[in-house]
Amino acid sequence: MKDLNLDYLQIYPLGDAAIVVQFGDDINLATYTRVQNFAHYLECHPFTGLIEYVPAYTTVTIYYNPVALSRQGRQDPYAHVLIILQNALLLCSVATQTYTSREVIIPVCYGGDYGPDLAFVARHNQLTPEEVISVHTSGSYQVYMIGFAPGFPYLGGLDEQIATPRKETPRAVIPAGSVGIAGKQTGIYSIETPGGWQLIGRTPLLLFNPSIKQPSLLQAGDRVKFAAITPKEFLQRKEQQHEY
Amino acid sequence: MSIKVLKPGLLSTIQDTGRYGYQKEGIMVSGAMDEVAIRIANLLIGNDQQAAALEVTLLGPTLYFEADCLIAITGADLSPSINGKPVKLWRPTLVKRNSTLAFGAPVRGCRAYIAVGGGFDVPEIMGSYATYLRAGIGGFKGRALQTGDILTCCKPVGNPKLHWEQLQETIGIGDYAQTTWSPSPELYPTYEHNSTIRAVKGPDYELFPSSSQEYLWTEKFMITTASDRMGYRLQGMPLSLTENKEMLSSAVTFGTIQVPAQGQLIILMADHQTTGGYPRIAQVITADLSQLAQVQPGKFIRFEETTLEKAQQLFIEQEQKIEQLKWALQFKINH
Repeated sequence: MKDLNLDYLQIYPLGDAAIVVQFGDDINLATYTRVQNFAHYLECHPFTGLIEYVPAYTTVTIYYNPVALSRQGRQDPYAHVLIILQNALLLCSVATQTYTSREVIIPVCYGGDYGPDLAFVARHNQLTPEEVISVHTSGSYQVYMIGFAPGFPYLGGLDEQIATPRKETPRAVIPAGSVGIAGKQTGIYSIETPGGWQLIGRTPLLLFNPSIKQPSLLQAGDRVKFAAITPKEFLQRKEQQHEY
Repeated sequence: MSIKVLKPGLLSTIQDTGRYGYQKEGIMVSGAMDEVAIRIANLLIGNDQQAAALEVTLLGPTLYFEADCLIAITGADLSPSINGKPVKLWRPTLVKRNSTLAFGAPVRGCRAYIAVGGGFDVPEIMGSYATYLRAGIGGFKGRALQTGDILTCCKPVGNPKLHWEQLQETIGIGDYAQTTWSPSPELYPTYEHNSTIRAVKGPDYELFPSSSQEYLWTEKFMITTASDRMGYRLQGMPLSLTENKEMLSSAVTFGTIQVPAQGQLIILMADHQTTGGYPRIAQVITADLSQLAQVQPGKFIRFEETTLEKAQQLFIEQEQKIEQLKWALQFKINH
């Protein structure tokens, strides 16, 4: 029973300037909701000395400045932050979602040069490429966390019908925007990087844009849907971006 | 006012005190490996502590100054010289126009910092000047310096005028002038060889058998040449988990000591990824990160266990020293 998870709570230090609040020990939606609720609470209620926080699958890591707290006369900065967070937990411990999650549609041009592994993913799962696209676009995916690279989303919710192991030999270069599958995960490469995911398509959207206020297109807590577009639409969207 | 890069050195990048607030978007902090040294370099010449300065690694660059320029070099002793004459570290230095700053053999430490009056003129990206090499943004064109690059400086905002005037008087026909004073060595790190690095237990410490825990605090570990700004790869007695446990990715930080499956430690440094999935056996204390950043590849370190309370105290004391130095320098400038 997933609800048992609600009792799980651990708080521990990560060195002298960070503290971790852990809400569970495996990936599931109940834990995810608690993580996002707490992250949302911190966003709305920052405390003196808070530098930033990072939500992950089961944890929220809070970075703080012990010097800022000591200037306030706090002899033991860790103990003080602990109290602040325990209070915060009391005020946001409800299991139901307390934040509004955005839904972001990611247009994807599947197959061809943009998705060289679409045929392999189809064969591996005894489906046609069209069926793979249909399964991939009918899912709704939650953004568990952003990590690995700037703007890179860890997505949950892939239908196991199209799960496919990583490539045996990783590619040296994967273009930004590539949409891939690795085991039971699906994701989008946010910057050009080497990698071993099976590539099924590419989005014209920039997942990482350092020149805007929120450089990562996706944020932990968002929901993602994929929509198939044609190569022509892909190029049009790309051009629009350049004009923008 | 511009500075021409005649030789780029091994890895010379524009850095500052780091890019905060974007780790939840997967954007690493970056910034100087030795934060204390870069801050003092800036303070010495009246800059903001957060101004953009140059981090140079082991083999420094050769830089040509087209106009008179106030600089300070701190951090590692990489044998700096101006027009062939040795220069002292940790003090305001006026470089005469048409002079060349070069570096020689690394004597002590790994990374030196060069601050210029006003700071280097590079665009602020996401609240920071730091070079983010992997994403190709920040600093100077998002990359390390190359031969032929021209660096420019901002107009000084602080009050380095007095240094400048005093040094102008002494420079005469020389190539450069340095102040006769420098801050008390108690106020900055000394980078002793054979470093002992203090650490606190990490979140996954208890997953290791007592033998591995003991090795961590008693064995010495070599910083291998595969170490870089992302992380230090150590070589020593391999440590192992009691049982193999699959870890879920979670946030990590500068100084996190991870243990991958083969058992050789990795210490995450300034350019570490924001999240990681290896067991975290320990965490280097903030007050010892500067010392760690200056250990040369091939050298050994030992870890000494300390408590969280002590670690925070040392962190606070370090900040107090920098604060003291800041006040002393302001006094110097105004009197």
